[in-house]
Amino acid sequence: MESPHVIKGTDAMDSLLPFAKKLADKGAIRDEIVSGIYGVSAGICRDSVTYKDQQKLASTYKLDQIVTSKIWGFPIMLAALGLVFWITIAGANYPSGWLASFFGWIEGYLTAGFEALNAPAWLHGVLVLGLYRGTSWVISVMLPPMMIFFPVFALLENFGYLPRVAFNMDRLFKKSGGHGKQALTMSMGFGCNAAAILSTRIIESPRERMLAILTNNFVPCNGRWPTLILLSSLFMVGGAAAGALHTLSTALVLMGIVLVGIIVTLSVSWVMSKTALRGVPTHYTLELPPYRRPQIWKTILISSKEKSLNVLTRAIVVAAPAGIVTWILGNLMVGGDSVLNHMAAFFDPFANLLGLDGFIIMAFILGLPANEIVLPILLMGYMSSGAMVDIDGLSGIKDIFLSHGWTWLTALNMMLFSLLHYPCGTTLINIYKETRSMKWAVLSAVIPLGIAIAVTFAVAQAARLFGWV
Amino acid sequence: MNPFTIAFAGNPNTGKSTLFNLLTGLRQHTGNWAGKTVITAEGEFTHKNHTYRAVDLPGTYSLYSNSADEEAARDYIIFEEPDVTLVVLDATSLERNLNLALQVLEITGRAVICINLIDEARRLGIGINVKAISKRLGVPVVAISARSKIGIDALLDQIERVATGAFTAQPLRISYSDEIEQGIAELIPMVEQAIGTRYPARWIALRLLDGDDSLITSLKAHMGRTNFSAAKEVVGHGVTACH
Amino acid sequence: MAGALIPLSKAVNGSKLVISGIEVQGVLRRRLLDLGFVVGNTVEVLRRSPLGDPTAFRLSNTTIALRREESELIYGTLIGGGNE
Repeated sequence: MESPHVIKGTDAMDSLLPFAKKLADKGAIRDEIVSGIYGVSAGICRDSVTYKDQQKLASTYKLDQIVTSKIWGFPIMLAALGLVFWITIAGANYPSGWLASFFGWIEGYLTAGFEALNAPAWLHGVLVLGLYRGTSWVISVMLPPMMIFFPVFALLENFGYLPRVAFNMDRLFKKSGGHGKQALTMSMGFGCNAAAILSTRIIESPRERMLAILTNNFVPCNGRWPTLILLSSLFMVGGAAAGALHTLSTALVLMGIVLVGIIVTLSVSWVMSKTALRGVPTHYTLELPPYRRPQIWKTILISSKEKSLNVLTRAIVVAAPAGIVTWILGNLMVGGDSVLNHMAAFFDPFANLLGLDGFIIMAFILGLPANEIVLPILLMGYMSSGAMVDIDGLSGIKDIFLSHGWTWLTALNMMLFSLLHYPCGTTLINIYKETRSMKWAVLSAVIPLGIAIAVTFAVAQAARLFGWV
Repeated sequence: MNPFTIAFAGNPNTGKSTLFNLLTGLRQHTGNWAGKTVITAEGEFTHKNHTYRAVDLPGTYSLYSNSADEEAARDYIIFEEPDVTLVVLDATSLERNLNLALQVLEITGRAVICINLIDEARRLGIGINVKAISKRLGVPVVAISARSKIGIDALLDQIERVATGAFTAQPLRISYSDEIEQGIAELIPMVEQAIGTRYPARWIALRLLDGDDSLITSLKAHMGRTNFSAAKEVVGHGVTACH
Repeated sequence: MAGALIPLSKAVNGSKLVISGIEVQGVLRRRLLDLGFVVGNTVEVLRRSPLGDPTAFRLSNTTIALRREESELIYGTLIGGGNE
């Protein structure tokens, strides 16, 4: 019954618009429609809303005189970023250690249980050393920083600070051909690049939206934070620094990494807008909403619930299978050595040029589905290749790295590679869905990868040339 | 019984998400993502004997399809036909906020207007005559503060009245200039012939006069889909954004 | 200088203007109308970004930032404020 009607309807619809356009040609109808509505709202407000004091209303914006001032605007932005990092690092350190010890303690019982049941070694390997360890590492390394970082960040967001960042930084984005709201989608990227790709919908112009999509990867996400935090805390800060100073220096290193990401974002936007995405900047409007005292507990509760669920789901969905695969690769022997070792050896010469090693490259390749699992895969790869270190807390992790010849350069370049390399699989899928273009989805993986290789290569070669390592 | 669907519309930064969180509590899901303003969230709440499915639309300044977000919000209100569209307004900048309310009322009378941040407005010396506004708009208007939990029960009562059909709205109809009204009058019969009376013909005629091509695209897509009850899909429909 | 007709981009911080014309078409025009940049509405120039542009404007009890490219297409009559 319905379908003939529909077909007729579609035809009829096609003729509607031209007809309407003919009618509208007579005058500036568009303006009149909006001004019509606007006039009605203004009328309603005139009749029903009274203002005692306009000045008092404007006073909610007093803070802007400082937050967006020439002198304090940028220092405050940096300080806010640093403070968020500092709180995260200071707060996550101990819980991460506790979780690692706790999972290690349970692992002891699991192993004992498997032994009591006379289970075959491979089963114990796959289930305990692979699945259980992979999952528990992701949880202990990821969960605490995420449960601190995101609530703190959400508080800043709810307070109304982020639009000010966009306001302060707009000129930089404009110079590089991007849109000021790119600052907002980048902030979203701190949480999750895949979600940030969807958030670029707030940018109306397709060209600038594409720039925001292509460069979002240069903001370290959820899955990369813990890697960055862990490595900078283990390697980047001098051994002499302890306690609060250690935390502070770690925060500064992280800020440096984020600034590198911002510089790369602006540079790539600039190059793209001069080449493949040429065009004039389109229009820009940004509302600066009033500052509002955030609902502290509610915000913390909701965002930490969301984050912990997220981390736990990812741990189970991605880390568990990855743990199994890695364990199998690490224990499947071909010609006297494990498959994992063969693969790592294959990548070693190339990785060496970048100041990394074959295992690290392997971990990044296997970690394509989710950045969270890069570090656990790496650790498992190292541990399966001999040198069995018992990870008791986080200091054990450093020993594993050191026993595989890590220096500060390895750590720095792994951090840079993590910051710059291709986005995770989910993000790439979202990019494809949003742009409906295979070309751009591929480019958004290839461009960052090229930059990651170039940057780590340059850093490694420079460090070796000057004899720093 | 199926739950009533409540769509939350509003300008960005009106505390829409705060209200949404207050009503749905932790029973909401945003697809695992950190964003709060862009990704549509869904949740559930109950009031008295009714269950409501709350859908948080993207925060927009209008429904005139200037961006993918606006198209998504507009398409949801038109094609998913929520039982109630709740328009959340910021009491401290009502004049601009009312634009969106008026646009929603042009589409549907099944709406409740909620003036949020009323405590903030009072603190800043803004007096708002809620009754007068409600009378002009022809739909229930409730002043609330989601943050301080003021007026929430009254709001839920009004939502119930509209959802159950206990209240029938006479939404404000904006009279445009003669020229526009004449255009609308000429278009309405054609619109009704082309797409039936399911959708608000006057509003569609108005959008056509405004040259809104994307509306036609959306209409075609939805007319083509014979099964209208598939409620889930539409939110993602603004996605084809890179025109 | 009260009474002069100038683009918003030329107005100094603190000045107030009544909008008299918007020389833009298309989506931007509608967006500006949505945000309250409507003929007859009063606008106050609040401040410039630390890097000189964009500029924040106060109108209809909201604060909106526009780049120079947009604000130089909106004309207004100066009605007060500012030092020039």
